[in-house]
Amino acid sequence: MRFGKGALPGKSEFCTYHNDSHYCQNLGAVMAGAIELETRSDSAEETRMLGERLGRLLQPGDVVALEGDLGAGKTCFTQGVARGLGVAGRVTSPTFVLIREYQGRLPLYHFDAYRLAGPEDLLALGSDDYFEGCGVSVVEWAGRVAAALPRDRLEIELLRVPGEEEARLIRFRATGPRAKGIVEELKRDLRPGD
Amino acid sequence: MSVLVLGIETSCDETAAAVVADGRTVLSNVVASQEEIHRRFGGVVPEVASRQHLEALNLAIASALAEAGVGFADLRAVAVTHGPGLLGSLLVGLMAAKSLCLALEIPLITVNHIEAHIYAGLLVEPDVPFPFVALVVSGGHTDIVYAAGHSELRLIGQTRDDAAGEAFDKVARVLGLGYPGGPAIERLAREGNPEAVPLPRAFLEEDTFDTSFSGLKTAVVNYLYRARREGRVNLADVAASFQAAVAEVLVAKAVAAADAHGARALVLAGGVAANGYLRESLLKRARKHGLRVVIPPPVLCTDNAAMVAAAGYYRFLRGDFAPLTANAVAGLSLEESFLKQSFKE
Repeated sequence: MRFGKGALPGKSEFCTYHNDSHYCQNLGAVMAGAIELETRSDSAEETRMLGERLGRLLQPGDVVALEGDLGAGKTCFTQGVARGLGVAGRVTSPTFVLIREYQGRLPLYHFDAYRLAGPEDLLALGSDDYFEGCGVSVVEWAGRVAAALPRDRLEIELLRVPGEEEARLIRFRATGPRAKGIVEELKRDLRPGD
Repeated sequence: MSVLVLGIETSCDETAAAVVADGRTVLSNVVASQEEIHRRFGGVVPEVASRQHLEALNLAIASALAEAGVGFADLRAVAVTHGPGLLGSLLVGLMAAKSLCLALEIPLITVNHIEAHIYAGLLVEPDVPFPFVALVVSGGHTDIVYAAGHSELRLIGQTRDDAAGEAFDKVARVLGLGYPGGPAIERLAREGNPEAVPLPRAFLEEDTFDTSFSGLKTAVVNYLYRARREGRVNLADVAASFQAAVAEVLVAKAVAAADAHGARALVLAGGVAANGYLRESLLKRARKHGLRVVIPPPVLCTDNAAMVAAAGYYRFLRGDFAPLTANAVAGLSLEESFLKQSFKE
């Protein structure tokens, strides 16, 4: 896994292939924080491993907002987070059921806003109780429900790299001190040679 | 005298009520579909779903009784789906069922949604021989279940990422088709060549009955991205090739599971079972393996309450009743539903 900012192209060069759909109307608006970390994954397993490293660091009440097109690897990344949290069972897409709960070192609440119309729908699921609870929350398609997410959250965007079907650029943004602390820790963890 | 069971189903999109006699004769099967509402929103909206269930359920129950030509006093039990599904939606059905049981002094029977789908098969062919294997495919599930007997349903395979129906919905979206995606893809696929676009089939390890459709979804997205850049896209070919890839894996896994477990029959159920291409593929393959195939008509494959009443009937025969303290369980597993004497309280 390589990471760093210099060698990577800017956002405009990455395809938001799915942008013709009203499903992505909020895309971009949610990813508001400054980019704290950019890293590249060359396979689904590598994406999962990155999620696992993040999962090991997460604490009760942490909220991770995921954004990225269909097939970008959001569920894959969450499977890694679950592994890092010590979840033993299988983590599958919550698109249809909207939320799935898992038990690991901490509880994992896996949300999917793909079929939600807006923030009110997330609130109607009782999201505040989950976010403030004793577990870790991961929200896929977070851009659709940004206004219902906590102010301090870790935002992660998965982008396709043009011409490379397997590769993904993964961007971490922190919207508050708590999320920033997580990214700092992750950076230390990813630094080679330590 | 026949045993009349009222079935109630509110686990997701549909508000449904039905009266079934002896687990095999459908006297009424009312489905107040929310599809129109959801089409406007592009999916299931939990708050809207619960509110609509609340508004539609009493009417659905009254219609089910009227169509069946029976009254509340004729009912012997109420069977209701209490999971898996959307919690708020499940609760509407469960509370209605509890109220009826309390007022009528008849037993409450809680049913697992997957169990209910499988019993749609026994509803149409009550003499399906055990053991059989069921393939339940819908927007939220891709489950392969081994049925040794009425009280012994065991999950032996499931999706590791996306459900088959979810893959249909998401691919329909990238193809620019509407919701629900299954029927839209099937229609378009009729004009396409299923061999035109090479798409991967995830068979996973040889000894597993699990499936995976996430890679296939991504492959379709990748293909479309490439093809659109090059200015040559035949959407019908993509739809046909995608549908064929899903069906091939599902059929192979279901038949392999039946062979491995010495099953005598295969039951296909769930919303995706309404897909004609899948039905035909399964029939063709299963016949070669000497398996009897049971596929309920589409109206009993998509969510409905007749299947709930049918499943409830067999629990009724076993005296497997739920207390009025029973709860809705969003992530209810088959295992939990078939633990002896273990009611969720």
